Amino acid sequence: MPLANLSWRPLAELPPMWHGNVDADAWLVAARSTRASGGRLVTLWGSDRGAAGCAMTAAYATQDGLLWLDLALPPGQATYPDLAPLFPAAGRMQRAQHELLGIAAAGAVDTRPWLNHGTWPADWFPLREGSGLPPPGPAADYPFVPVTGDGVHEIAVGPVHAGIIEPGHFRFSVVGEKLLRLEARLGYAHKGIDALFARTAPEAGHRLAGRISGDSTVAYAWAYCMALENVWHVAVPPRAQWLRAVLLERERVANHLGDLGALGNDAGFAFGLTRFARLREDWLRLNGTAFGHRLLMDCIVPGGVATDLAPDAAARLLAQCDAAEAEVLRLKTIYEEHAGLQDRFLTTGRVTPPLAARLGLTGLAGRASGQAFDLRADHPLPPYDSLGTNMATHRGGDVAARVTVRFEEVLESLRLLRAMLGGLPAGAVRPAALPPARAGLGGGWVEGWRGEVFVALELAADGQRVHRCHCHDPSWHNWLALEHAVMGNIVPDFPLINKSFNLSYSGHDR
Amino acid sequence: MNPFGLLAQSFAVLLALTLAPLLKGWIDMWRAWLGNRSAPGLLQPYRVLHKLFHKESVLADTASPLFRLAPYAVFGCVLLACAIVPTLSTDLPFAPAADAIALVGLLALARVFMALAAMDIGTAFGSLGARREMLVGFLAEPALLIVLFNASLITGSTSLASIVETLAHQQFAIHPSLAFAGIAFALVSLAENARIPVDNPATHLELTMIHEALLLEYSGRHLALMEWAASLKLFAYAGIGLALFFPWGIAQAQSPAAMLAALPLLGLKLAIGGLALALVETLSAKMRLFRVPEFLATAFLLAVLGLLVHSLLGD
Repeated sequence: MPLANLSWRPLAELPPMWHGNVDADAWLVAARSTRASGGRLVTLWGSDRGAAGCAMTAAYATQDGLLWLDLALPPGQATYPDLAPLFPAAGRMQRAQHELLGIAAAGAVDTRPWLNHGTWPADWFPLREGSGLPPPGPAADYPFVPVTGDGVHEIAVGPVHAGIIEPGHFRFSVVGEKLLRLEARLGYAHKGIDALFARTAPEAGHRLAGRISGDSTVAYAWAYCMALENVWHVAVPPRAQWLRAVLLERERVANHLGDLGALGNDAGFAFGLTRFARLREDWLRLNGTAFGHRLLMDCIVPGGVATDLAPDAAARLLAQCDAAEAEVLRLKTIYEEHAGLQDRFLTTGRVTPPLAARLGLTGLAGRASGQAFDLRADHPLPPYDSLGTNMATHRGGDVAARVTVRFEEVLESLRLLRAMLGGLPAGAVRPAALPPARAGLGGGWVEGWRGEVFVALELAADGQRVHRCHCHDPSWHNWLALEHAVMGNIVPDFPLINKSFNLSYSGHDR
Repeated sequence: MNPFGLLAQSFAVLLALTLAPLLKGWIDMWRAWLGNRSAPGLLQPYRVLHKLFHKESVLADTASPLFRLAPYAVFGCVLLACAIVPTLSTDLPFAPAADAIALVGLLALARVFMALAAMDIGTAFGSLGARREMLVGFLAEPALLIVLFNASLITGSTSLASIVETLAHQQFAIHPSLAFAGIAFALVSLAENARIPVDNPATHLELTMIHEALLLEYSGRHLALMEWAASLKLFAYAGIGLALFFPWGIAQAQSPAAMLAALPLLGLKLAIGGLALALVETLSAKMRLFRVPEFLATAFLLAVLGLLVHSLLGD
């Protein structure tokens, strides 16, 4: 563990989380030693501590678990050491925290606004206590980094797209069809969820967390509930723990099936889309029958899960795993043997493993670029600890690698689902009573289908109110990597590369 | 000009206008079925045209008169092209006025108007599409010309009507050069009509579009004309393909009865052709943009091989 001399306080056992207070020097030392020892930056967030000023917090993933480092910023001090040179993804997180709280990274190279499109004043900070409602302002122009040279021109795409997708703006600098640079402009889906948490009761926060990114609602709700249960010191009944894993894997499979079809369609192979869309639809309908919600929203609640799984529903879920597996294997063969499709996938949008490590590429896209991290295998909770998870990795780093990893993860999830449904422990799915309110810090760390979702929860002194809840989406890291993945590719290949990452706008913008 | 010729000519134009959307509907229907979807119905293209003609045409502030003119010019060019392709009868008064070379020129003129109109508004997608359309065009047009020359060498004429008369009504002979030309023509038709694997007519991804990117700024009746022109172009290509490679059944001059007999045969040939196109589109993925020149160069090479085979083997 880096900084062994620091007094680490355990926050949770599984997955292991450690809390420590640092000063500005130790802040940098911790970042450097984490970098040197192969650790990753998970997320950065700031919080307002009232009379004590502000605090900046970094969460690192190391072999020992999650390190949660608090850097207190007393009143009058509004800067902290910049982490972007060590962890490139930190740059945008620091820019966002500056807009939300007014604390800035000292000496940061990029100080352009990120989430704030000019609609709130630069000296008004929504997460400061008592900040009220923002005075409205007009949207401002964003200074994109210009690319100059003979024949270079810009293509602006979005935020409104031709397809029904989330809003985001992409600025391409191209020569002919060749992409020189892509700059993403996000923040169109900023909803002020961090401030909304401050008006939410702790026991209702899982519903809000579950709506940050609809395609990862299970991962977010579980991470929030895990954080709350860590504060409350509540033990989740074994049956509920297993059911949560069932829900998480069903969410993973549904998303992977949708993406695999969409990837075929984006390469002009509509047959793939219709086959996978039907598979996904069957999957979602059974979700609705077995759990009461097609996308599994609000199925995970603090302490356990909302409803128990009926025995006949468990049998149907099991049967569906077999049916889906046979079809996925057939479609996998079709994808692999289709020369035209493979020609589009191979070498397109490559992120090499060294670049991925440098950028902190995470989750599914990271595993396709040799970044072998999967919380289900690295810090397994029950039932993953007894079942074991075979992590799917690839070193290709191209669209083909991301397709392959998706196929392998679907098959692994189907294996896990069969094992889980076959061995569901008996018992209650919620504790008899929830404990009285109490204050404290808690973290939730879950491997969603896109990558690791992290929720940092701080309850106010009376325990009746959320003081700060920071929800981290893996897209924060991967949007940055996407900009590197497209370099040197041609313009018409961008939609395919983008789809192979399939990042969340809402989860990033919050 | 005889009155029957005039009748045959106007009938051919009317037939093209009505059958072209039907052919598109037929292909779309099969594409849906082959992709395990339920189809929108054979008449869907007519419904789309009807809807678009009843909608308001919205023009960008930066649009010049060229932008308004282009749909009519494109539609006119393509309709004229349809008029000189013998589909039912070779008795076409327009045919002597324009031969196969003029036909390629007419289609090229339509392309130029479309590309200019797309660039006229000044959006990134329009220019992108125009650039790509020209990339396809500069290779597809010469390949198409050489394909037509293959047939001209056999028949000794560049007029499509006389080519068909000679091919369909002379003594049956096997022309190996036409086999090469036929494959080349199939490749060119896929590229020229914005079909998979060159372009995807069903895509909504602006960055990958070729043909659709040219139409992004059009709406209402302008879009209707452009869509109709696209199906007419496909119909014209189908007509050329049938005339060159499957000319049997097309009526000779001055025979109204044969013309009526040619109609069901044409329907059958188009139905088979449409099914084949849908099959190709279902089985292929869209290729990378920079593979398109290779694809079209193959077509050109095959067409030239056809010429060589013809000159080696003699008549």
